[in-house]
Formats: sequence, C-alpha cells, structure tokens
Amino acid sequence: MTELVRTESLHKQFGELEVLKGIDLSVEAGETVVLLGSSGSGKSTLLRCINFMELPTSGKVYLHGKAVGTETKGQIKYNESHLCSVRTKVGMVFQHFNLFPHMTVLQNIMEGQRTVLKRNAADSKEKSMLQLERVGLTDKAGEYPSRLSGGQKQRVAIARALAMDPDVMLFDEVTSALDPELVGEVLKTMRQLADEGMTMICVTHELGFAYHVANRVLFLNDGTILEEGNPQQILRKPETQRMCEFLEGHSLFKLPD
Amino acid sequence: MEYNWDFATIFLNWRVYWFGLQGTLLMFAVTVTLGMFGGLIIGVLRYLKHPLAAWPARTFVEIFRNTPVLVQIIWFYYAFPILTGIETSPFLAAALGITLNTMAFSAEIYRAGIQSIDKGQWEAGKAIGMNFRQTLWRIIMPVALKRVLPALTNRGIEVFKMSTLASVVAYVETLNQAKLIADLNYNPIESYTAVALIFFVVLFPIVQATYALERVLKRGDE
Amino acid sequence: MEWDFTPALNNIDILLLGLVNTLKITGLSLCFGIPLGLLMALSRLSEFRPLSMLAAFIIEFFRTTPPLVQLFWFFFAFPILFNVNMTPFTTAIVTFSIQSSAFFAEIFRSGIQSIDRGQWEGARAIGMTRNQSLRRIILPQAVKRMIPAFMERSIELLKTTTLVSTIAYTDLMYQANDIAQKTFRPLEVYTVVALIYFVLIFCFSQLSIVIERRMARSGEGTVH
Repeated sequence: MTELVRTESLHKQFGELEVLKGIDLSVEAGETVVLLGSSGSGKSTLLRCINFMELPTSGKVYLHGKAVGTETKGQIKYNESHLCSVRTKVGMVFQHFNLFPHMTVLQNIMEGQRTVLKRNAADSKEKSMLQLERVGLTDKAGEYPSRLSGGQKQRVAIARALAMDPDVMLFDEVTSALDPELVGEVLKTMRQLADEGMTMICVTHELGFAYHVANRVLFLNDGTILEEGNPQQILRKPETQRMCEFLEGHSLFKLPD
Repeated sequence: MEYNWDFATIFLNWRVYWFGLQGTLLMFAVTVTLGMFGGLIIGVLRYLKHPLAAWPARTFVEIFRNTPVLVQIIWFYYAFPILTGIETSPFLAAALGITLNTMAFSAEIYRAGIQSIDKGQWEAGKAIGMNFRQTLWRIIMPVALKRVLPALTNRGIEVFKMSTLASVVAYVETLNQAKLIADLNYNPIESYTAVALIFFVVLFPIVQATYALERVLKRGDE
Repeated sequence: MEWDFTPALNNIDILLLGLVNTLKITGLSLCFGIPLGLLMALSRLSEFRPLSMLAAFIIEFFRTTPPLVQLFWFFFAFPILFNVNMTPFTTAIVTFSIQSSAFFAEIFRSGIQSIDRGQWEGARAIGMTRNQSLRRIILPQAVKRMIPAFMERSIELLKTTTLVSTIAYTDLMYQANDIAQKTFRPLEVYTVVALIYFVLIFCFSQLSIVIERRMARSGEGTVH
C-alpha cells in the first residue's frame, strides 16, 4: 500500500485558541478514514489544513510523500499558487455545498476544469457529464442550483470536486445541513465512491456510515487523536470515557448485531 | 511656472473662514432641523392609506427628489419672487431649496422605516386596544426611528455638503469665503484646499461615528 | 403676473443642447467612475495595509467634501499645481469621475462583502486563485445585487452635474441662466428647466424601481 496523505505533528492556533495540538495522521491510497468528535474537537480544522484552506501554525502535510511548502529556518512558507495546485489534487465537499448560484449544474462542474486546469470546452463538458452520471444527476445538467434539493446539490458538489481528478477527497460534514430524508442519497454516493477505491477522509456524525464504510475511524478530542482503530472494534468497545460519552450522545444509532 | 506658496494668508484670514463656517453651520442647522421634522410628517402622510393624504405627499416627494437641488435653489431665488411677489434673500432661497429637498428625501427614509416594522407589531397594538395613532407613535415609531438612524445621519451629512450650493446665490458660507480669499490673494490652491480640509475635518468624525452606529444597531438586531 | 412661456419655448433648442451636454458629462463620468470605483474597492479590500488605507482615505475624502468644493479645486487650484490646462469640460469629467468613483467603490465593496464566504471557499477548494475567484465567482454575483444602488448613484450624479454651470460649462442649468437673463423671464425658463430635469430623472428612477422589484421577485438580494 502506498501512503497518500500524511500529517506530522500538525498544530493550528486561532489567536489564543489552540485547535489542533499535534496531529499525526497517515492515509493510504484507497482508504476511507472517518473522523469523529464533538463540535470544537478540531476535526473540521484538521480537514481544512490538509487542503490548506487553513494554513497550519506548525507541522507538516505530506502528499505522495512530499512535504507541502518550503522550509527555511524552521519556518514553513506556503506559496499561494502552489497551494492552488495542491487544492486541485485534494478535493473538498462542504456542509453548505457552496455551489455557484449564477451557473448551471454543468457550468459549476466545468468551471474548475476550464479556469484552473485549462481544459478545453469539449473535454471538460464530457468529463462533467461523466461525473454527473456517477452521482446520478445527468438530467439536471442544465438546471440552476436553486432548483435542486439539498441532496441533489450535495451530489453536484461531489461531482464538481471529482471532475478535477483529485487523488483524495475531503468531506466536511456533508450531510449535516440536509433534511433527514435526503441524507441517504448522499451517503450512497459516498459509499459508491469508497467502493470504487477513492481515497476519502470524512468528518461526519453518521455512525452507520463510519461503521459500514470506513476502513479506519479516528476519534478526535480537544485537538488530539484520542482513539484510532477499525470501526467494528472502536465503535463497539471504546476505550476512553470521552468516547463512551460521545457515542451515548448518538444513541439513536444502533450497531448491527 | 513659478507659484508662490502662500499659506500665511490662509492663517491670517482665519476669521474670514470662520465667518463662512458660521454661515454654513447656520444653513445646516436650519435646513436639517426643518427638513427632517417636515420629512417625518410627509413620511407618515405617505404611509397613510387615505388618498387625500398619500397623493399630495407622494407628489411633493417625487417633485423634490427628482429635480436637482441647485435648480430648486435658483428657482426659489429668481422665479419664486416673480410668482408670489415675496422677495427671497440668498439665505431664504437656499434654505427653502435645501429644506424641501431634505424633507422629500427623509420622508422616504421614514416611510421605509415604518414599512420595515413587522405587521405583528400593528396587530399587537390593536389587540391591546390602541387606535392607529397610538400604535404608530408608541409602538411602531420608536423602533422604526432607531432603525433609520444611520440613513438619517447619512442624509444629514449630505445636507451639510449641500450647504455649499448656497454660494451660487451669493449666500456667505465657507466656500464663498474661500473664493473671496482666492480672488483677493491669488492663492486658489491654498484657499480651496483649506475649504476642502475644513469640510473633511468636520464631517470625517461624523462619518466614522455613523459607521460605528450602524455596527452597534446591527449587533442589537441580532 | 402673467405666465408667458413663449420666450422659454422659443429657446428650447438651446436648452436641449444644454441637456445633451448634461447627459454627455453624466455618461462620461460614469464610464470612468465605475471602473475607477472597482479599482478603489479592490484596493480597499486588499490585504496589503498601506494600499487599503490609502484607498480608504481617498474614498472618505471624496465622500465627505462637497462636490462643488471639489469642482472649484480642480478648476482653480489643480491647473496651477500641475501646470496643466483645464477647460470647464475636462474639469467636470475629472471631478465627477473621481467623486462618483468614491461612492461606487463603497457600492462595490458592500456588494463583494455581501457574498457568502462559502463562495470564496468553494472557488478556492477547486484550486482557483484569489483573482480567479473574484472574477469568475464573486463579482458576477455581486454586480447583480449592486444594480439598484448603481442606478441610484447614477441619478445622483446626473443631479450633481448641474454644478458645472458655476464654472461656465454649457449644461442645461447654464443655458437656463443664460436664457433667463436674456429674455427677462426667469420664472418660465427655470420652471421649464425644472420640468425637463424632473421628467428625465423621474423616468430613470422609475426604471430603477422596476428593476429592483423584478430582482426582489426573483429572490435576488440587493445592497445599498
């Protein structure tokens, strides 16, 4: 197995507040990793540091074994245009979709390919339609996002990220803003991606998804990784008091027998 | 070209500017007070459903919002006396133009403020037995006025700047005095820069205060 | 007192010529003022402190000083200071372009800031640079919201152009003064001119109200 993403003693501070207190994480190609944790545990920040939506205060992120940024005298400098190219390889899907309302579904998916990757119109259109097929929304290509349901919007957002041919996909609580009956279709799409061998790091509260789809589950608490392991083991027999409490808070979820 | 910088004259003539600034302040005080009180009445009339109240108010607002204030001032200075036989001094003509203009603009601000209040407030007033007037002045207006305060201060700043137009009919205010000094001493750069700075110094703190006020009110709304 | 509109109507061609000049100044000042306003807004939003502070100062200065003072400054002081020749026409264009750009800058800024942060993030996440995000994602959405405020400001500009009559540029106001003096009928002349301004501005503001309503109906927010 080849390592795709690795973080090394990653720290992130917002002013006085230390959100990440040294995260060491390694994700291999084809793996699906789920990050659990209560709000404020730092899981979203960790995700946003991996594609540099937030710049880490210290520590390193490696992609394909190569550290991002250049180090001089212990200080890591990030070049914005290099980060842009990193972000094309690390796709991200957001809680609130962030689709572009002034563009149709097709234009949304083509935008990054045209503007950033400089693909020609025909190629990017073909590619976009392929991704739309993957998420099952070919018939919505000409619609504007405002005409879609939340679940459909999120699937378009997934297609938009996939169209950039990312090596790894980050999912930041992508079902949290959805009506309960729409959660299923998005999870189904994500599961399908995992089955196809996409490398995925997901922040989610869907324990069922974690249990059935994840190869590995990490439990974050107060900026550190408190527990880590395969979902069957970690969700059934949590070792720490903190994680027990967290799972009790999600009592609606019943583990399969 | 050789230009002899002459800031000394500006400082030596500070009384001339001060005299002008007094004229500006007088014009501002009169027009902003009358304009904003008058505007309140027009704004409320505009909100009433009765056609005899709403239509004249609407006509007034449209006429004075949709003509340049300079045209209004000139009209009151040259045309109004012929029409009515009443002589208008430069002060009166300018004050009339600016006041009526301010009434029209602030009326629309008040009206928008009243309209922004939730219908439930009117119903709540009615439900405890208040009549229209009581509800308007005791329930609706206090909230509406607070809401439109930033827009009113902005209008006030515009009115202050507008006072310079009175110089066109030879009312003695700051710009007029600057022109006087420039013509007498051949130092237009210094004298006109000075008048620009005077306005900036007076208005800049007020503009900043308006921004602060907007932020405070926005926070209060949440 | 008897109304007699014949002197005013006999000179209507001169008045209309003035109207053309009024529109010319308004139009040209908009052509320069809007791009300049965008430039100032972007400078003000820049993360480079000195640039954003300079832009903020210029914007505030031109918003807090009376346009008539600015006009006089550019007409009487500017030519001596920089040893250039300023006709009433160029003075008007320069003054009103800069003056209105300060107001347009604030409209641009509030338009850009009204766009949800998620739009910037969505654009960044697919690898767009700040410039690409601004040009392709943020501005197209922001400009739409700014249209009513743009129109309102343009109408204000149209009214402000009457000031050029004080430096003897032959706009509608100037022609009115001229004819009123020559015919000794200020009442009729100024009333006719007020009417011309009214019809012009009233039509523009009705148009902007229609546009704003249509946008409100399509669920599009607006900024002021």
